[in-house]
Order: sequence, then structure tokens, then C-alpha cells
Amino acid sequence: MSDAMPTGERRQLAPPVDHTGVMGWMRRNLFSSWGNGITTIVLIAAVAWLLSGFLHWAVFTATFTAPNGQACRGHGACWALIHEKYRYIFFGSFPYQQHWRPLLAVLTMLAMLVSSADRRMWNGRLVVIWLVGTFITFLLMFGVLSFSISFFLTIALICGGIGMFARAGVGTAVEVNGWRAMAAIGAVGLVLRILDILPAWSLNIRAFDYVETGLWGGLPVTMILATYGLAFAFPYGILLALGRRSNLPLIKGLCVGFIELIRGVPLISLLIMASVMLPLFLPSGTTIDKFLRALVAVILFAGAYIAEIIRGGLQSLPKGQFEAADAMALSYPQKTILIILPQALRVVIPPLINTFIGFFKDTSLVLIIGIFDFLNTANQALVDPNWAGFPAEVYLFAAFVYFCFCFSMSRYSKYLEVELNKGTRR
Amino acid sequence: MATNSVIEMKGVNKWYGQFHVLSDINLDVKEGEKIVVCGPSGSGKSTLIRCINRLEEHQKGDIVVHGVTLTNDVKNIEAIRREVGMVFQSFNLFPHLTILENLTLAPIWVKKMPKKDAEEIAMGLLKRVRIPEQANKYPGQLSGGQQQRVAIARALAMRPKIMLFDEPTSALDPEMVKEVLDVMIELAKEGMTMICVTHEMGFARAVADRVIFMDRGEIVEQNEPEEFFAHPKNERTKTFLGQILHHG
Repeated sequence: MSDAMPTGERRQLAPPVDHTGVMGWMRRNLFSSWGNGITTIVLIAAVAWLLSGFLHWAVFTATFTAPNGQACRGHGACWALIHEKYRYIFFGSFPYQQHWRPLLAVLTMLAMLVSSADRRMWNGRLVVIWLVGTFITFLLMFGVLSFSISFFLTIALICGGIGMFARAGVGTAVEVNGWRAMAAIGAVGLVLRILDILPAWSLNIRAFDYVETGLWGGLPVTMILATYGLAFAFPYGILLALGRRSNLPLIKGLCVGFIELIRGVPLISLLIMASVMLPLFLPSGTTIDKFLRALVAVILFAGAYIAEIIRGGLQSLPKGQFEAADAMALSYPQKTILIILPQALRVVIPPLINTFIGFFKDTSLVLIIGIFDFLNTANQALVDPNWAGFPAEVYLFAAFVYFCFCFSMSRYSKYLEVELNKGTRR
Repeated sequence: MATNSVIEMKGVNKWYGQFHVLSDINLDVKEGEKIVVCGPSGSGKSTLIRCINRLEEHQKGDIVVHGVTLTNDVKNIEAIRREVGMVFQSFNLFPHLTILENLTLAPIWVKKMPKKDAEEIAMGLLKRVRIPEQANKYPGQLSGGQQQRVAIARALAMRPKIMLFDEPTSALDPEMVKEVLDVMIELAKEGMTMICVTHEMGFARAVADRVIFMDRGEIVEQNEPEEFFAHPKNERTKTFLGQILHHG
């Protein structure tokens, strides 16, 4: 080189002008050749044509307020229908004067979900948030909550049991004995209650007028089904996935059988079974709320799908991770919770959120058994003869609301992937 | 040299299906002894040491580690694993935890050590393997040699009585082998009982009390390193040594 530059130094040149800025970007990406240029122009024209047609219908000639459907005829979109019916679409047959209750319930659930989305909240606080949030949500929806003594005894048994095993050898003797006592009280109490020795006490919290689940409808129903359906299906799916990989043939067989059985039938048939067939097997006199039955069906169904996704994550881990955990004398629960699941779940975030989105929308199938979820109330809004004939507006509106939820989940999945892989990318 | 045995293997046999991986292994390891196991691939040397902490199950014979006989009892297995540290060919660090968390995990959860104490010990060990400045990074950000040194420190964090090394330098780039071997040699000099599957004959010469040659699932020959390399007795040993020392 004729340039008299000291060795080891390099001249820093600016990149060529046509490679930077908006013009550069357009030239490289949109008009890099004749073919590309023509494709770009044709596509832009097509999008503009479609968009202008839609805007003409949805905005420029649309009716936003009208006394009834008749006034809308001959114009574009009839948004007056949504204006007229939005409260029914959102809250269904819930008593009209009390609509603030489902509204607050929806806001509570949203607050709960948003606050659990942040990774910094993933600790003991989350349990408290969910317990309080759930209590508020259902108190608002039901108006009256009654907790029977069996409920408290069951909680004591479960908490005591978990505490007994989880804290064995970790906590002090006093603490472990406390858990044991708690579990024992729960177990003994339940037996006494079943034998009718303990009376059927219950704790009633009467905040508002009682509203039965049959009157619930709209967005709160969809959100409760999706939130609690998936919240229970997730740990349940994890257990199924672990069970499927178990060395014990009986557990493995049960889990495989359950997963295959549930995956092999449509959700609709499971819902119908839960709503029609289950009551036939129950002793007469006992009834399980229809809403609860639908929720259980969703949990069972989603659990099977989630289990298969998580199994994929478990299988993607190198054998060395299991061996390293074994070699350092971690017990099976420690190995699973500290080493295996955190890695396996990270791998399956995209398909997992995909399933969550799918199930959020699939909850609309409960209309089959007469539960008024959001899509069903939207559908029912069309029945009014005064406003007949505008399905497009209503379904567009419903689609928009569903899209808001699903798109947020999709964005959240992206955030979670980046957040959890910070520093661990190889 | 102390004379009490810390590992006794008596008539140990293992099959993979029909394939006889280990046949009639008898091995006695004294406290503080350093043993190097070598042999062609597929000769069962990795399987041998993996039987000691039950990563592989042997089907016949007895293995006694520190007076505890290895059985199917989980408590028994965990008791042995607490005394036996292991270093793998592919490091097997936990990629979702920082280096420090990798080191403190087992002391905190298995030994129920307070977090602060565990971290103190971990930092001491990281200084010993000469990478204390990496404590808050993730394994994926370290070089292979650094990862393997972390893996050694992680095994040491449990204060094991015995260390097993399963080809610790085989997955490393040549320029990183030495930094790992140096750490191992230091450890040997401090009196740790070690069983090491390796083809690093220089390491064997430097620290081993005994070199074991395995082929087709059997211990073919064992001797002190000087004698083993200078005068191999078995034909198979001679062939093997001829092959690896040519390139070594």
C-alpha cells in the first residue's frame, strides 16, 4: 500500500451513502431490481385498495349513533349496534344495575395477570396477589361467598401435607411438627365431617346480592375460564409430563393413557360429557355447578396438551444435566425443580404461549353447553329484532377484543424469551 | 500412605442388554490414592467410574464406598454421592445459573448450608481454580477450559472425600488442556483421593500412584506409572501404549 499508515492502524471510512438512511433502506429492500420494484408497487396498490374499501365502510359512511337498526340501513358499518349492546356483550345477563361488579372483576383479573407478568414479582408475593385477587374476583362475581368447614379442612390438609414434605429436613423440628399438626387436623376433621360428627358449619361473606353462575356472561366468563383453566392446567400438565417420563410403569401408564385419551377426543365432546354425562354418575342430590364442570373440562383438556409440550422441553435437555444433578446428590424433587424444569420450560415458551392463545380462544366452545362466554354474548346481541342484520360489526368487535388479548400474550412470550435468556445465550 | 480402603469393588459385572460391559472388576482404592484409568474407547472405563456413584447400575458384585455398600436404596445412594464429586467430559454446568449459583446449589440444598457460608466457600474455590472474576457470569460466557475448572470447583464445593474425573480434558481445545490439568495436579498434591479416566499420560506420570489399563470390560493390567509405561506386560497394553504414545 502506498498510504504511509503505521502498521496495525486502519482507516475508518463512512459506509457508502446509498446504504444508509430511508432512501438507502428502500433501495436495498424494496426496489433492488425491476422485479422487486414492480412487486412492491403492486402490493402497495393492493393494500391501499383494500384498506380504502374497509375505511369507507368502517369509518366514512358508518353510523355511530342510531335509535335502532332501521336507521342504519343503507349506510356503512352500524357501530350504533355496538354502542347500544356493548354492556350486554361484555357482561351478559348479569343484573344490569350491578354491571360495575363484573367490570371490577375483569379489572382485578387484569391487574393480577399484569402484575404476575413481571419477572421481578416471581416470588412469595405472587401467591398473595393471586389469593387476594381470586378472592376479590369471585366475591364480586358471586356477591356472596360461603366457605364450608370442609373447605378449610381440605386446605389445612393440603398445606400441611405440602409443608411436611417440602420442609422435612430443612425446617426446624418445631416448624415441621407444626405442618404435621396442620395436616392431621385437616385429615381428622374431614373424616369427622364425612361421618357427620362435625356439623356443617360455614363461613358466609355477604358483600352484595347473590348472582348465580347461570347469569354470568361475557368477558368475565371468558377470562375466568381461560385464567383459572390455564393456571390449574399448567402445574397439572407439568406433573403429567414428569409422570410420563417416570420409571414407575404404573404412573407412566396412567399418564400416557390419560394424555392419549384426552388428546384423542374433541374439546366439545369433553364439554358435553362434563355437562350431560357427569351428573348421571353422581349420586342424586349432589350437583356440581355447570360452570365449574366446564372449567374442569378445560383444565383436563389443556393439561394434556401442555404436558406434551413440556415433555418436548424435558427431552431436549442433554442427559448430562440430569447426571450432573444426580452426581451432586440432589434429590428427585430438587433436581426437577432447580435444574430440569427451569431449563425445560425456557425451551418451550413459544409453543406453550401458542397453546395458551389457542385455549383462550377455545374457551368460546363452552357455548355448546349453554355458558355465555364473550363470543356467545356477542352472538346473542344479534338476536334482538330491532337490530337484526349486522353480524359483521358484532363479530369484528368480538374479534378485535380477542385480538387484543392474544396479541398481548404473543408480545409477552417474546419478552419472556429475551428476559429468561439474558446472559445464558451460547 | 494410609492403608484403609475408601472404594472396594468386588466381582463387579454389568451388561447392556447382551453386551458385557464390565466383567469381574476387582478394585481397591486406598485413601489418598490417585488412580488413572486408560484404555481404548468402549473398554468400559467410563462405565467403571460411573458405577461408583450409581450413575450406572451394576448388576452383580459389591461396591463399597466409605464403608457404605451401594444398593438400590435412595438414601444409600445419596449418602455416597455426597462423598463423591464428579467431573464430566462435557462439563455439564447448569446453563441457567451463574457460576456462583452453580457452586453453591448443592451445598445449600443438599448440605443445608446457609447461603452466605456457601458463597464464601464457593469464592474460595473459584480463587483456587483461578477464575474468581467470573463468579457472576453464566457458563455460556466462559471458555471450555474455564468451564471445566468451574466444574471441578463445583464438585469440590461439596467437600467430597473422593473425586472422579471422566475424561475431563477430552472435550477441550489443546491450549486449554494445561490449565485444567494444573488444577487437577494441585488437587492431587493436596492429598485428594482421585480416580481419573484420561489419556493424558503426562498427567499419569506426574501424579498417579497406579495406572489401570482396561480393555473389553476387564482390568487387563495395573501398575505404578514408571513400571507401567516402561515395561507393559500384556500384549494389548503394549499395542495401546504404542498407539497413543506415538502421537502423544
